[in-house]
Formats: sequence, C-alpha cells, structure tokens
Amino acid sequence: MASILKIENLTIAFGGIKAVNNVSFEVEKGAIYSIIGPNGAGKTTIFNCISGIYPPNSGKIFFKGEEITHLKPYRVAKKRIARTFQNIELFSHMSTMDNLMLGRHIHMKTGVWRGATFIYKNSKAAKEEIEHRGKVEEVIDFLDLQAARNQFVINLPYGTRKLVELGRALALEPELILLDEPSAGMNLEEKGDMIFSIQDIRDDLGITVLLVEHDMNLIMDVSDRILALNFGEKIAEGLPEEIQRHPEVLKAYLGEEEK
Amino acid sequence: MDIKRNYYEDIELFKSNTILVWSILFLIFLAILPWFIMKYHLLGLSIYIVNLIAVHAIVAIGLNILVGFTGQISMGHAGFFALGAFTAVILVLRWSFPLWIALPVAGFVSSAFGFILGLPALRLKGPYLAIATLGFGMTITTIIKRMEFFGGRMGLQAPKLELFGTPMKDIHYYYVIMVIAVLMTIGAVKLIKTRVGRAFIAIRDSDIAAEAMGVNLTYYKTLAFAVSAFYAGVAGGLYAFILGFINPESFHLIMSITFLAMVVVGGLGSVMGPICGATLMTYLDIKLQAIQDISLIGPALVTLSQKYMSIAGISNIAVIVYGLIMILIVLFEPLGIFGFWIRTKRYWKTWPF
Repeated sequence: MASILKIENLTIAFGGIKAVNNVSFEVEKGAIYSIIGPNGAGKTTIFNCISGIYPPNSGKIFFKGEEITHLKPYRVAKKRIARTFQNIELFSHMSTMDNLMLGRHIHMKTGVWRGATFIYKNSKAAKEEIEHRGKVEEVIDFLDLQAARNQFVINLPYGTRKLVELGRALALEPELILLDEPSAGMNLEEKGDMIFSIQDIRDDLGITVLLVEHDMNLIMDVSDRILALNFGEKIAEGLPEEIQRHPEVLKAYLGEEEK
Repeated sequence: MDIKRNYYEDIELFKSNTILVWSILFLIFLAILPWFIMKYHLLGLSIYIVNLIAVHAIVAIGLNILVGFTGQISMGHAGFFALGAFTAVILVLRWSFPLWIALPVAGFVSSAFGFILGLPALRLKGPYLAIATLGFGMTITTIIKRMEFFGGRMGLQAPKLELFGTPMKDIHYYYVIMVIAVLMTIGAVKLIKTRVGRAFIAIRDSDIAAEAMGVNLTYYKTLAFAVSAFYAGVAGGLYAFILGFINPESFHLIMSITFLAMVVVGGLGSVMGPICGATLMTYLDIKLQAIQDISLIGPALVTLSQKYMSIAGISNIAVIVYGLIMILIVLFEPLGIFGFWIRTKRYWKTWPF
C-alpha cells in the first residue's frame, strides 16, 4: 500500500541536545503505527514536528506525497492531520459539544458578520451550525460520550477528558490521527476500551493512526508496525514481534546485562 | 423543561419560553424607563446617566469579547473609544453625514486600528500585552491632541442633531442608544455561540490545541481586537453626542482601566456580566461624587476626609469607596456580579433544597 506519511532524515536540536537525530520512517495508509522509546527519546518531538509546532532543523516531512515540513499548525490541520496531546490540551471552559464543534472548525465557514446576525433557523449560519452538530453527534455516539455532551470539560473525570480530546481530533475528519499517549493515566478498563476505540478508528473510520504510548500491552495489541527510539535515534523498526525480541530495544528498556 | 429536540435549540437566542417572556418584559421595561425616571427620579437616575451606562455597557461587552473570551488584554480601550468619538463627530460636523452612517464608520475606523494593534498581540502575552496596549491608548489621545484637524487641545463641539426638525434631546438619544445597545448585545451573544466565538474561547483556553485543530491564531487574535474595537468605536460615537463635547484629555488612562474594571467586576466570559459591571460602576462613579448627601454617613465622611486627608476632601472618599466596592466584589465573588446572579438563580431553581 502507498505510504500516507513519510519522514526523511528528521533532525531537531534544542540548544546542544539533539532531540531527534536523523530519523526516517514511513507510515502506510490504513496502518496503526506506533513509536516507542524511554522518556526523552523524542517521540512527542516528532509529533510536534509533524503538526508544525516545532520547525525541524533539517529533514523533510511528506503527507500524501506533499511536503508539509514548514507549514504552520493550522495549515497542517487543514491537510486533515489531527492530533491529541500528552497532557490533555482541551478547552476546559467549553462543553464537550463545543470542544468537538471546534474540531469542525476547518469545515465551517461562518464569519463574524454572519455569526453575529443570523436570526432564524434557515439562515446560513444556523443551517451550517445544525449540520455540523449532527456530525459531532456521530462522534459522540462513536465514543459513547453522550453523558458528557453538555458538561464543561473541567468537570469531567480524567479518562473521559482523554476521550473528549480523541473525539475532538476525530471531529476534524482526519486522514491521519496522531495520538500522544492516549491511555496515560487511565485505569485497566478504560485502557481496554481505548484499545477498541483505536482499532475502530482504523477499521470503521479508515483513519491512519500514529501512536505514541508507554503501555506495552496496548502497543503490542494494536500496532501493525513499531518504531523504537532512544535518545533521539532510531534503534529499530518492524513488526511488533520483531521489536519485542530486538536486542537494542531490550537494552534501551532494560539496560545491559552484566557480564 | 430542559429537554432539547433539535440542534437549533443549542444556539437559539431564547432557549426557553421563560427566557423569551423575561426578555420581552425587559424590553418593555427599557421602553418605559425614561418615563419612570422623569416622573419619580428612580434611584436618583437621570436619562443622561442611563445613556452613559448603556454606552459604557457597549464598550464593556466589546472589551469582554477580547479579555473574557479570547483571553487577550487591552488597557488601551479609551483609545478606540476616542477614535470612535472623533470619527463620528468629524463625519457629522465637517461632511454632514447622518448619524446612522457616521456610527458604523466610526466603528470600522476603530476596528481598523484594533486590527493593527492586534498584530503585536500575536507575540505578546499577559503583562507585556497590557503595556503595549496601554502605550497605544496613550499615544492615540496624544496624537489627537496635537492635530488641529481634531480640534487640538480644545476638542470638538458635537453638532446638535435634529430629528424631524426638532433638536434631539437626551430622551431621543436614549432610544437610539438602547436600540443599538440591544442589537449589539444580541450580536455578541450570537457571535460567541457560533464558529468565530468558539475559536476565540479555544484560543483563551489552549492556543496550542486551537492551532492544532485548524484555528489560524494570527487571524483570530487580530479579529478579536478588531471586533472589540468596533464595539468601542460605535460606543465612542454615541458618547460624543450625548456629551455634546469631546476633548482628548477626557479619554485618559483611567478610562481604559475603568472599562477593564467594568468587565472584571461584572464577570469575565459572559455577555450579561459586563452589562451589570458597566451599570454598577457608572452609577457608582457618578453617585459617589455626591456621597456627602447621604444622611449620617455623609457628614461623618466629610469630617474624616477633611481631618486626615486633603482639604478638598470628599472626592478622596468617593474614590476610596469606589475602590473598596471593587475589591469586595472581586474578593467575595470572583466571577463578578454575574457569578452572584448564577448563584441566585441556582438557589431559586433548587429551592427548597
């Protein structure tokens, strides 16, 4: 299958530290691709480079054959790449509904004038609003967020917030979704649900998933391919079984055996 | 009941019949208010004071779009207010535009400057942005003061407007201002509920996430400044005509800070809050100047002030009481007057529990 995301020799340094050093990989369309590595390996940094938050020092990022290396984050989002954040970046004083509606931002057109002056149900702004609320409702059903629909995010429990963030990314109707530790801080049951959600995202919605995660059970369950990083360098790439046995990966995680 | 049947109900202006009825009653109240004031001198109000309150409310609603919803700050709103006032007066005075054209134009001139001021806001945050906008507010009034075109230091006399051949009085302005204020309030409520408003709130809560979801920060931050300045500009135009005379000295720094205080005291991040804030602060500001007239407390305060402060006396006390009320509200109700309203509403809804 064709690759949807291609990263070539990506390097980014903060001061003297090379957070990501010469990393290349390709993600196939419709795959669940995971990036693993110990703390500080550069996983989130790669995400930030893809979504345009950090400009890389060198290297190129291609999305569907188109270079997106130095695009601003909002332009990357317009290419239909959505993401979640490690430490939940939700709009905490908005309801779940409104958070998800913001995910529809790039699909909507209402400007200041139309938004401030619509008066009846059939005016353009109201029609658009109603249409997209319908779309958001589908996402709410998909993730079972009905109970949280009209609650302010700040009042929701942690696990639910993670789901809302996932929902917001899905509302964007992405072709590629970047999930930064989706199961961090969740209990076992929630983690189980998250595994199903991630698989459903790929199987039912046809979205390619790029995943950063620390929970090895989750990773091994859902991933099609895995990239292992350590200190910003690529140490291994391959199928989950290969990675599990790879000596470099074991060394990075468990340390070297004393001889 | 609170059951919703379709998506439109989420963004409707009147979410229930109760709200609709109360809104209509409120509009009727606004319509007959001048009659009450003239007959009974309700709370010592005059139509002029009510006009001033409404004008301040418009500025506060606009400022709240910037401060409360978008999370930016402006300490230069007196500058936009001044721009609106001078634009409106000059259009009517020099080129004899009708008021209904002069006001929107004043709004757009202000919003153009708002857009320009919004540009540094992209890089500045918090205290730094406060200082940058503060500089803007002071610069604008100084420039106006130095230019003969704007009447220089002496200011400008607003032309007397006529309505069907009779000169407009406070009472006529009252209805003009109220219509504009109500429309602009509704506009703000609707704006916040739709796409642009959501983008504003998103920027306030988490700008990184907003941008990652496709919100163009540059555009929306400057837009927030422009919209906010538009409100200030229109209000400025109205202010010039109810005052009958404008002079650059009157758009000083304290005015900017008062606008900000109205928003904070009223309640950040709601549309009704700033209206309450503007009402209270404007009323107090004017009424406290006559604090010595209050029986018992008045004379005591006068003696106190003359004994321990300047001989000029009472104005000190007025300012102190004004400040004290501000501190008390912010201390005991961080959500402002609007928070107090929410609590009261909840209390009644759940009574007797």
